[in-house]
Amino acid sequence: MKKIKNRDFNFIVGLILAMIVIIPALIGTVWTPYDTEAMNSSLKLAGSSLSHPFGCDNFGRDILSRIMSGSSTTLLIGIGTVFIGAVAGTLIGALTGYYGGLVDDIFMRFNDVMFSFPSLLLALVFVAVMGSGRIQLLLALGLAFIPSYVRIVRAEYVRARNLDYVKSAKLAGASDMRVMFVHILPNILKVLMNSILIGFNNAVLAEAGLSFLGIGVQPPAASLGRMLADSQTYLFNRPGIAIAPGLTLIIMVLGISLVGKSKTITEI
Amino acid sequence: MTGIVKKIFSSILTILVVACLVFLAFAVIPGDPAVAKLGTQATPDKLAALRHQMGLDIPVMKRFLVWIAGVIKGDFGTSYSYSMPVTKLIADKLPVTVILTVYSFVIMTALSIFTAILAARRENSVMDRVIQIVTQMIMSIPPFFGGIVITLVFGLTLKLFMPGGYVSYGNNLPRFLGYMFWPALAIALPKSAMAFSLLYTGLVTERKKDYARTAFSRGNSTKDVFYKHLLRNACIPVVTFFGMALADMIAGSIVIEQVFGIPGLGRILLTSIQNRDYPVVEAIIVCIAILVTVSNLLVDILYRVIDPRTAISE
Repeated sequence: MKKIKNRDFNFIVGLILAMIVIIPALIGTVWTPYDTEAMNSSLKLAGSSLSHPFGCDNFGRDILSRIMSGSSTTLLIGIGTVFIGAVAGTLIGALTGYYGGLVDDIFMRFNDVMFSFPSLLLALVFVAVMGSGRIQLLLALGLAFIPSYVRIVRAEYVRARNLDYVKSAKLAGASDMRVMFVHILPNILKVLMNSILIGFNNAVLAEAGLSFLGIGVQPPAASLGRMLADSQTYLFNRPGIAIAPGLTLIIMVLGISLVGKSKTITEI
Repeated sequence: MTGIVKKIFSSILTILVVACLVFLAFAVIPGDPAVAKLGTQATPDKLAALRHQMGLDIPVMKRFLVWIAGVIKGDFGTSYSYSMPVTKLIADKLPVTVILTVYSFVIMTALSIFTAILAARRENSVMDRVIQIVTQMIMSIPPFFGGIVITLVFGLTLKLFMPGGYVSYGNNLPRFLGYMFWPALAIALPKSAMAFSLLYTGLVTERKKDYARTAFSRGNSTKDVFYKHLLRNACIPVVTFFGMALADMIAGSIVIEQVFGIPGLGRILLTSIQNRDYPVVEAIIVCIAILVTVSNLLVDILYRVIDPRTAISE
């Protein structure tokens, strides 16, 4: 990324939207206006006020603080998931795509089966096997996202292995590892970058979905999905409890997907 | 034709592989279902008796063979926590999830085709731009939040339906379908926004081709050219997306069921995961695997109908 392309509105708007959520989330990792888990019965379902801009939930906990802490968890799990998925996916995709052969055939058959399952369901199965909790959730989502990266990276390596620049690198005596990761990898970064951003969004939505179902981040820790699930009981009287975490999710996802679509990213 | 037969065989193989993996995964993980059922205070005698009753004292390989033989016959064993056959437990819940998924798919298809043609007919007009911006936003709405907003706006405020007023399809089919429209809409909205942008790109590209110009110059109306000539070609690249969307919608149904209080596979899957009721979890995962592979198969067949070249090239 050298610089922002001229008049790239998607990038600018997307970045601003993403930052609206990401900056408070980053602050939320070290400081929140109130204790996220402190209950206060006198503030039960309190409306918005100067001291509690988004009001309080059914336990009298400050919603803004919970959103800040919840979105930082979501952000960390999203980044972790994409990291596990992209690193493992790139390694498997590179090795199978570059060498081909029987191992590639078997891996791809298996990968296609995994890929045909929605990642949310795969993560659900992994959580069922490993139990719930933040680390397990991260592992479950990471594992569930590997197949999509394997697919993308492998296709690129299959295409690249017969190209002239790879052949000449091999003739010059470069080792297989060097060809794979020094010569080919930089050329597929553009494709990988795009799928990392899409993957991040999917990971964020999957985390929120699993927490919404009650098998992701466990209470009393704050999470956007769980806040949405709890808000349903008070939907008629206090719709704000549902709308605040919901909008946070939408703004973050919309921002990242606009950045992913922008000229600055797609035309590196 | 041989292509389809081959696909059917590989689909059956896929389902069997999934079944094996699921069983083995639950067999090797730590945690004792007998302890989960009786609690940690239970006496060793009682635990041993329950393990025997559940068949947990049999070696894993033998248990696996018995289970897989049962699955082929449609018998998934006995639930640990409900103490009744799993097949009976999920038999009336499976149709609910299937209907919800199909319903959402129909809404997605109709909505995306209609709006894509509406926007592509007047490329770069104000309406086109508005539709583009709105779809970009809708794409980012997580289905469960969409469901909450639909409940709030159409259920609680406009009173178009009664939140939580689910009626079984056996009791009152029209009311069941009326209620299911809203959860189906929540699942379909973000997917139709994605389908829209793919279809839109396809339609705009196809419109610039020669056959489109010919169709226009022969005096066909814009509507006819779009629906009868361009749509079919614009659909070809979108069919793959439709297949993935269908699989995603099965996952979406499981989540949305919780928002609208629908007793489908979702709720029983979640309680069974929490209760470590593995026979039920295994059965539901195998059912979902069957649904996913069958929908992939249908998409493959659809692909051949829309684009007969696929069948010839094999």
